[in-house]
Amino acid sequence: MPRPAPGQGIKVNFITREGETVTVEANEGESLLDVARANDLDVEGACEASLACSTCHLILDDDSFSKLEEPSDEENDMLDLAFGLSDTSRLGCQVLMTKELAGLTAKIPSATRNMYVDGAKPKHH
Amino acid sequence: MMFKTKRDDEEEEQHQGQESDNEEGGNTDREIEMEGPEAEDAEMEEETVWSIQELSCSKICSGSEDRVSRSFKVAVVGSGPGGFYTAHRILKQVPQSSIDMYEALPVPHGLVRFGVAPDHPEVKNVINTFDEVAENPNFRFIGNTSVGTFVTPGSKKADLEVADLAQHYDAILLAYGAHEDRVLGVPNEKSLRGVMAARSFVGFYNGLPSEQDLDVDLSKTDTAVVIGQGNVALDVARILLTPLEDLKKTDLTEKMIKILEKSTVKHVHVIGRRGPLEVAFTSKELREMLQLPGTTFHMDRNLLASEMERAGKSLDRPRKRLMGLLEKGIKESKPNQPKSWSLQFLRSPLEFSGDGKDGTLKAIKLGINRLEGEDNNRRAAATGAKEELECGLAFRSIGYKSVGIQGVPFDSRKGIVPNVDGKVIDENSNIVPGLYASGWLKRGPIGVIASTMADAYQTADTIISDWTRGEPMLDSLSSGGAPVLDILRSKGHKVVSYQDWKKIEQKEFEMGTRLGKPREKFVSVDEMLKAID
Repeated sequence: MPRPAPGQGIKVNFITREGETVTVEANEGESLLDVARANDLDVEGACEASLACSTCHLILDDDSFSKLEEPSDEENDMLDLAFGLSDTSRLGCQVLMTKELAGLTAKIPSATRNMYVDGAKPKHH
Repeated sequence: MMFKTKRDDEEEEQHQGQESDNEEGGNTDREIEMEGPEAEDAEMEEETVWSIQELSCSKICSGSEDRVSRSFKVAVVGSGPGGFYTAHRILKQVPQSSIDMYEALPVPHGLVRFGVAPDHPEVKNVINTFDEVAENPNFRFIGNTSVGTFVTPGSKKADLEVADLAQHYDAILLAYGAHEDRVLGVPNEKSLRGVMAARSFVGFYNGLPSEQDLDVDLSKTDTAVVIGQGNVALDVARILLTPLEDLKKTDLTEKMIKILEKSTVKHVHVIGRRGPLEVAFTSKELREMLQLPGTTFHMDRNLLASEMERAGKSLDRPRKRLMGLLEKGIKESKPNQPKSWSLQFLRSPLEFSGDGKDGTLKAIKLGINRLEGEDNNRRAAATGAKEELECGLAFRSIGYKSVGIQGVPFDSRKGIVPNVDGKVIDENSNIVPGLYASGWLKRGPIGVIASTMADAYQTADTIISDWTRGEPMLDSLSSGGAPVLDILRSKGHKVVSYQDWKKIEQKEFEMGTRLGKPREKFVSVDEMLKAID
């Protein structure tokens, strides 16, 4: 899908794993997963939006979350397997952008910590 | 199975909470309860080979100034999701990396091909990412080439050992998965016809060459029992009870379809030693079971009610939804349907008994348990009461386990290569330079595609960090796998490339089209190799 002309799209904020807020623009009807991918944000979509994984898990702001319809049972089944599940968790592939959602903020949850890289290392022999 | 999930381990029935524990604190060691003969086996296997340590020590260059300019050569052993996702991340983040992926079979993708249930094609979409990885010019698939002879006595010698690779690469990633299943250790488990490992059965119907001689006859009984309450257990139950016309549209092998055509199995009991709160299957798989047409669902309503009351508000969301689904399943189950399935709790198999004449399974003797211990760590304790369940088929589905290979540390108790976030360590917790693990070999046989991916990325980050920070690795000054391939070819060994695999796959698609299914798999290594020519 072509990207919206600057200023013409629906504004979406992503909070990256590093904590940085990135504001991008979405087309109407585009999923949050597609918006993230189109903007090179680090959101996976392993099963390609077929509701068979939770790799596009995003945490939405309360207000935007409440504007959306309830997730389907199938989406909830996959969310139950997501890392860091929260009350406002959704699968990015299932949230389609509308004008009402302008200004939505989606946090990309970190999947794992790496103690080896970030923290104390095992001793070296 | 899975990708989707293989949280199929009754021994390790996990609450979702434990996944979050992992997230908070890195690798949380899971307690594996071992009982009886199993524990003894583990003791005996405790002799481990640590020789890679010496091997790699002699090869370490302490400095790594040359790393900026030269290519980073990585060997990956195994081509399932653990291997592919790690390779994906390394190729993306280290542009000068070059990856050789070794696979024992001529065909790639590990459990995505041989584990994921045929009626879960959407899970197999992950293959598109694997294909993208394989198209990277810095990636090479080396199929039909096994690395690392298993330490199990009597194992066939591998084409190459880890030591053969060490002199040609900077890093070796072990991602060869879990080759065996956990056994119950009860009488007649191995001797009676009709008793088999769910792992073998799943491999059989998914076309895994090594399982094609499995003795599968579904035409002698109307009742099958699955021991274990994970997703593999439900996969087996679902394949046995799903209308054949639906399965014919999947990539279930024609060989299995012919066996299912003669199937007389109508009732499947799925048995666990603990209670409903301890099941390891997940809601998607349970929902599918509850939606099977013409199939009554049975389970002890009072046990569920009392367990839910006991847990009260302590249930996390996933567990609460799962229990809610069971409640709804009981309530909405249509009685007296032609087929049925049940979840049976607080039952441990004590013995399989057979027909004296032909050695075929006739019944399972079950010990009745009660639950003891803390809320989040309840154990099954025998009450002493017993019962017998008549059945002609039994599938053991209490978990997979990995097997150690020559020259690599292995923790036989946990069934994994010991590691810290993917960095292999020896028995004294010393790091083994240049050696890494991912997938089920790294953290045990559980987890869905999301957890396997996150876990593989964690290992990739460990590898990348060691490379960029100049930590000791194998630091081979050789140019990578080319000499290894030359030696293999000079011995007349047939190496299969990813392009070769694509030829095999194309033929599988063509056969599938003729049969009205997505693909018809080749089920022997010979057929796969012939398809290339």
